[in-house]
Amino acid sequence: MRFMVSEIREGLLIAFQAVRANKMRSVLTTLGIVIGIVSVTLMGTAIEGLNRAFNKSISAIGADVLYVQKWPWGGGEDWWRIRNRPDIRIQHAKAIERQAELAASVSPVSGTGRNVKYGRKLIEGIVIVGTNADYLRTTGADIAFGRFFTAMEAEGGRPVCVIGSEVAENLFPNETPLGKTIKLGNYPYRVVGVLEKQGSFLGLQSLDTRAYVPIDRFFTEFASRRSGLSILVKSATLELVDEAKEEVRGVMRKARGLKPKQEDDFAINQQEILIQTFNQIGVVIAGVGLFITGMALFVGGIGIMNIMFVSVTERTREIGIRMAIGAPRRTILQQFLMESAALCLLGGIIGLIIAFPLSLIIDQVLPTAMPLSIVGIALLISVFVGVVSGFLPAYRASRLDPVDALRYE
Amino acid sequence: MSTIIKFQNITKIYHVGSEDVHALENLSLEIKKNEYVAIMGPSGSGKSTLMNIIGCLDTPTSGLYELNGVNVSDMNDNQLAKIRNKEIGFVFQTFNLLARSDVLHNVELPLIYGGISSGERKKLAREAIERVGLTERIHHKPNELSGGQRQRVAIARSLVTQPSILLADEPTGNLDSKTGDEIMALFDKLFAEGNTIILVTHEEYIAEHANRIIRLRDGMIEGDEIVRNRRAISQPTVQA
Ligand SMILES: Nc1ncnc2c1ncn2[C@@H]1O[C@H](COP(=O)(O)OP(=O)(O)O)[C@@H](O)[C@H]1O
Ligand SMILES: [Mg+2]
Repeated sequence: MRFMVSEIREGLLIAFQAVRANKMRSVLTTLGIVIGIVSVTLMGTAIEGLNRAFNKSISAIGADVLYVQKWPWGGGEDWWRIRNRPDIRIQHAKAIERQAELAASVSPVSGTGRNVKYGRKLIEGIVIVGTNADYLRTTGADIAFGRFFTAMEAEGGRPVCVIGSEVAENLFPNETPLGKTIKLGNYPYRVVGVLEKQGSFLGLQSLDTRAYVPIDRFFTEFASRRSGLSILVKSATLELVDEAKEEVRGVMRKARGLKPKQEDDFAINQQEILIQTFNQIGVVIAGVGLFITGMALFVGGIGIMNIMFVSVTERTREIGIRMAIGAPRRTILQQFLMESAALCLLGGIIGLIIAFPLSLIIDQVLPTAMPLSIVGIALLISVFVGVVSGFLPAYRASRLDPVDALRYE
Repeated sequence: MSTIIKFQNITKIYHVGSEDVHALENLSLEIKKNEYVAIMGPSGSGKSTLMNIIGCLDTPTSGLYELNGVNVSDMNDNQLAKIRNKEIGFVFQTFNLLARSDVLHNVELPLIYGGISSGERKKLAREAIERVGLTERIHHKPNELSGGQRQRVAIARSLVTQPSILLADEPTGNLDSKTGDEIMALFDKLFAEGNTIILVTHEEYIAEHANRIIRLRDGMIEGDEIVRNRRAISQPTVQA
């Protein structure tokens, strides 16, 4: 055991000396490894960012929320047939609220674009969302300050609204929005609350540029009562979401008066579909990343192999000396494997050093951070490439004839 | 005195192109503990080949080689490496030190491959360096040393494992005569301390440090004589 430790220590020392003796050559040789490691690291960082964005923007709304809508997400079905489906209406929301026992909270939601004004300040084209007082409970959104409108206000059709953080920042840079009256389209509304900043995700519409108003009032002032809406249903628990979906489906079919053989004329959407799209983006990034990484590491590995052959040839005599004083072939093999691994590890470390500032650039687009695990993985990959590409040269070194090696000029 | 080296009909043939070079031809030889043997002969007579086989760096084409009563002829590479490490101390004409390592590390190296612990290793290496009188240079690199000093380092390295024999192939070949004499004085001292030494040389006056001279020609023993007056003009007696 101790035998091994001494030998390994000697091997590492030799590897370190060899790399140091040929600094420039070592660094240039590792270029492929560097690129490979940069690529794998940035890929990991991007995927990490994707996951974070997902958790923030999507899961904030909740994976336990069902969306009863006319249109299924992801499309793929017959456009004309779906177009001719009847719209989802407020009474359906009422029916679900009454009958679906697995529904913890139900919110009808409808939206439209309007300008918003406060004094001289104007923001064009924000989304006015009509909903009920349960909206926060249904979506899991949080209020930053103030409060959401109450059921009383909603049913009484009070002109009150809750605004997104960006709306608040732009209209009220230096004052509190609470209690102020803003104009949504042509109608005055009193601000009672501001939502927590949510951020936008990959170009999905930002939840922060919205204003929420009681849905009854929404229909009288911004849309016809006949226009369609979505019903958000929060399942009692995440585990029960599938059962809740079946229950809601039953309620909807009954409300629509569908016969058993008839197809659903509505869609119950779920985040899963978003998760899938999401995973697809991740798969694409991983695919491209792995391809670049693979190519770079392959080319890099060949470079390492080449330089290790050079190194073995240059040090033939040294190998002879070591053999003459009793180094077994296995030890020589191990020594050159370590050297090759050390060389690649150097490339890996350089790669990480380069990748770090680049990951900060990614962070600007997609909030993320280089995951610690990818650092470990990158270093492991480096060592692995080193061992694989160093094997042939190391094997050749270990098979040298000691007498020939000692004579080598 | 116990026999350390026993050669029986050792032949070494090198194949060069289509030609066979008989570097050693049916050579038999015995060397006992505490002998100080000089091997002489013209260039190409097989001296280095003989040394390499004695040192288990090379294996004979045919014949029997016993080292300390153990048949070495059919050992595998790993066993030979172990023998080289434990039983043999090599000194070369061209020193063959590791250029990037300091004196201490060069001398330690056989002990590393011998699996000796770091503390013990340092102690033994320092002792060996002390014996060759280089304690002051312990952290110097080979290129900071003179030729004679380098050869001392090589000798310290060969001694450090306390091998059964020291093998020196033209150890003074790359040194001026004064430095060569110093190295020979060191060998004489090591011999006096009980080491068994075999050295190859071209020079009669160097060979006469030994107490036995073996003369080779064309891979065969031409003469094997006892040196009566070491380091004096000798009257060689050819052994029967
Ligand atoms: N590796 C080798 N390949 C081919 N021939 C060799 C090899 N080593 C030695 N020889 C030949 O064997 C003979 C003896 O060589 P060597 O033992 O080196 O002689 P010396 O050391 O006495 O000068 C020479 O003819 C030499 O050319
Ligand atoms: Mg020779």
